[in-house]
Amino acid sequence: MANYFKLIVFGMIALLALIASNYARDIAYQAQALIVMIVAAVAFLVTLRNTDEPVPVAVREQSYFDGVVRYGVIATAFWGVVGFLAGTFIAFQLAFPALNFEWAQGIANFGRLRPLHTSAVIFAFGGNALIATSFYVVQRTSAARLWGGSAAWWVFWGYQLVIVLAAVGYLLGATQSKEYAEPEWMVDWLLTVVWLLYLAIFLGTIIRRKEKHIYVANWFYLSFIVTVAMLHVFNNLSIPVSLFGSKSVQVFAGVQDAMTQWWYGHNAVGFFLTAGFLGMMYYFIPKQAERPVYSYKLSIIHFWALIFIYIWAGPHHLHYTALPDWASTLGMVFSIVLWMPSWGGMINGLMTLSGAWDKLRTDPILRMLVISVGFYGMSTFEGPMMSIRAVNSLSHYTDWTIGHVHSGALGWNGMITFGALYFLVPRLWNRERLYSLSAVSWHFWLATIGIVLYAAAMWVTGIMEGLMWREVDANGFLVNSFADTVAAKFPMYVVRGTGGVMYLTGALIMCWNLWMTVKRSPATQSTPVAQPAE
Amino acid sequence: MSVKDKKDQNNQVPTTGHSWDGIEEFDNPMPRWWLWTFYACIVWAIGYSIAYPAWPLISKATPGLLGFSTRAEVAKDIAEVEQSLAQINATLANAELTEISADPELLGYAKNKGAAVFRTWCAQCHGSGAAGVQANGYPNLLDNDWLWGGTMEDIHLTITHGIRNTSDEDARFSEMPSFGEILEKEEISQVANYVMSLTGDPQDVTQVAAGETVFLDNCAACHADDGTGDRYQGAPNLTDAIWLYGDGYDNIVAQVTKARNGVMPNWNTRLDEAEIRAVSTYVHSLGGGE
Repeated sequence: MANYFKLIVFGMIALLALIASNYARDIAYQAQALIVMIVAAVAFLVTLRNTDEPVPVAVREQSYFDGVVRYGVIATAFWGVVGFLAGTFIAFQLAFPALNFEWAQGIANFGRLRPLHTSAVIFAFGGNALIATSFYVVQRTSAARLWGGSAAWWVFWGYQLVIVLAAVGYLLGATQSKEYAEPEWMVDWLLTVVWLLYLAIFLGTIIRRKEKHIYVANWFYLSFIVTVAMLHVFNNLSIPVSLFGSKSVQVFAGVQDAMTQWWYGHNAVGFFLTAGFLGMMYYFIPKQAERPVYSYKLSIIHFWALIFIYIWAGPHHLHYTALPDWASTLGMVFSIVLWMPSWGGMINGLMTLSGAWDKLRTDPILRMLVISVGFYGMSTFEGPMMSIRAVNSLSHYTDWTIGHVHSGALGWNGMITFGALYFLVPRLWNRERLYSLSAVSWHFWLATIGIVLYAAAMWVTGIMEGLMWREVDANGFLVNSFADTVAAKFPMYVVRGTGGVMYLTGALIMCWNLWMTVKRSPATQSTPVAQPAE
Repeated sequence: MSVKDKKDQNNQVPTTGHSWDGIEEFDNPMPRWWLWTFYACIVWAIGYSIAYPAWPLISKATPGLLGFSTRAEVAKDIAEVEQSLAQINATLANAELTEISADPELLGYAKNKGAAVFRTWCAQCHGSGAAGVQANGYPNLLDNDWLWGGTMEDIHLTITHGIRNTSDEDARFSEMPSFGEILEKEEISQVANYVMSLTGDPQDVTQVAAGETVFLDNCAACHADDGTGDRYQGAPNLTDAIWLYGDGYDNIVAQVTKARNGVMPNWNTRLDEAEIRAVSTYVHSLGGGE
């Protein structure tokens, strides 16, 4: 019966998307409408073929819902490589502007590819990693199957559709020009629906848990899902110019719009890239180290401190702008108070290894997880430091910011995701072990050296750039033009690109290793069953 | 590792008794250094937000005990610099254009100031080294090939009022017609060959003679009979090796067929007189000044 309803919905969506593409006022909207139509048509056909097949509900409910996690793992690896490749390419576009090919103007020049890179790594790679691991972790630590029947598939495929629509929009020029929130209104609406469904599944699973307490990883995942929903909706409040066009007008204007944007932007870092990934950390580090979490008290206090304080730190992105001084002060003050709550996660991660430090010598996966926590600690010290007005007056608008972001993104988010993927693949595909541990070591060293090259290059250019911009002669006249600073950065841009190539190579080795694990590693016999741990 | 072994062997801290998918938690206290640093940050934050503008109230925010204001600070810095330079700026703004170079102190000041103005306002088109963008209509200012004249007065006038803009009625103005609407393709090809013959080898020698006729009928009014151009109309000299929109047959045909007429803003609304004189002096001093 449900299938007949689904057929009607998919058919309607396909038809409406076709009509919308016909009336489209711009090429980006038209392309996006056509993609929606194709996806709905394929979904229609798939549903049609499966209609009237019996579904063994009772059997299914006793096992974990891992099919969607397996797809999530594949999507994470795929989008990771896409995002790293785009990033490496645009890094070389900055070093060698000729790579902004004349024939690709308006599609593949730096301005179009840059949001593609950031969204691919943050939302496609990071987002899929978060969705997949949260589905895996919440089931294990709640000893319950995912709530909502097949709804998790809707979240997975809906999210992939959002990614593809956003990417097509960027290349064709549909953007609302808000950093990390570039997609236009129709993609925003779709993401809102998908995200609320994700929230419902996650909450539903926690509510029907068979464990008495909610595990700390799930607190972090839940805070991430709830807050991102709120941030996304408020920062994307806009009125479309036409139902058949991609352009929309923001509800907020001027400095209010800027403040909303960086309230969103900073908490995309705080809740997407910090809280969500701390959820991953709290599951995969104790599992891989086979040690209890270091301190329950610390996890409670740093969790509540982190989520309460992070949400106020956004204004530090707008020092020395039209933003009033009082808001700028508050942003800075909260950023500095945030230092210790952030480090609480690092301490809990690292100290969980006490008594198991020897494992770092033999277990490259644990090494990966631990270095990610190290980079996390470094970035969460650097961040509060850069939020200080005096430091910010030098660092703002320079490559130092880019270096800071990437030591966090490549070091913390990337490395912990790689560790989680290495942990998950043998278990999800019922393999005894990974195909090659030495390939993991290669990945580890390539990625680590790549990050060091990247971050060091950006620190050097960032500080150099900041100093050159403010350099004045005895009469107070500027010494350098902007173009002089660009020319001076060239060698470091090449170093940065080289770091990117190493990081990308490591990720490709990982993909090969995971593939071979599924294909070649010996299979295990048991299948996981939903049971409380005690 | 058995469950008993998971008790911390070093300090015998118990776990909380919870277990999720085999994960337990020690009941360790929060590290003291962590807690005290956290408290210290909070205390500092309270103090800082009392000293600096911080807490929003109904109609305005708390101003802070130190009276700090980013806008007041930058206004103060700007005022200090302006005051210290007020006298020499006044001297520069009132000096005879041709006499700035006679006073070494004024000349040095004007060149430094002009260079800073240039890097901020002019480098976007003319390049940070003033070499322009060859063949793209952004003239090189380092050579002595001037479109509208290279004396101090000429340069000063160009910078003050600009070229072909619509915002200053005293802007320098001229307009090369698009001859694609006036001449036959054959004639354009002939005249392009003639223009090429002025500096070197034409693409097709047989068309040069016919091209000269076309040139004298259509182009000589601005570019002069001998092709050396006319500075009163900003008509470039076609007998040298410097090309505003590129050399070679294709570039010349393109420009004759559909003429591009570059625009330069008038700077009198954005720069003050001392700044305009300074940047004029700087450009004049780059090598081509007359």
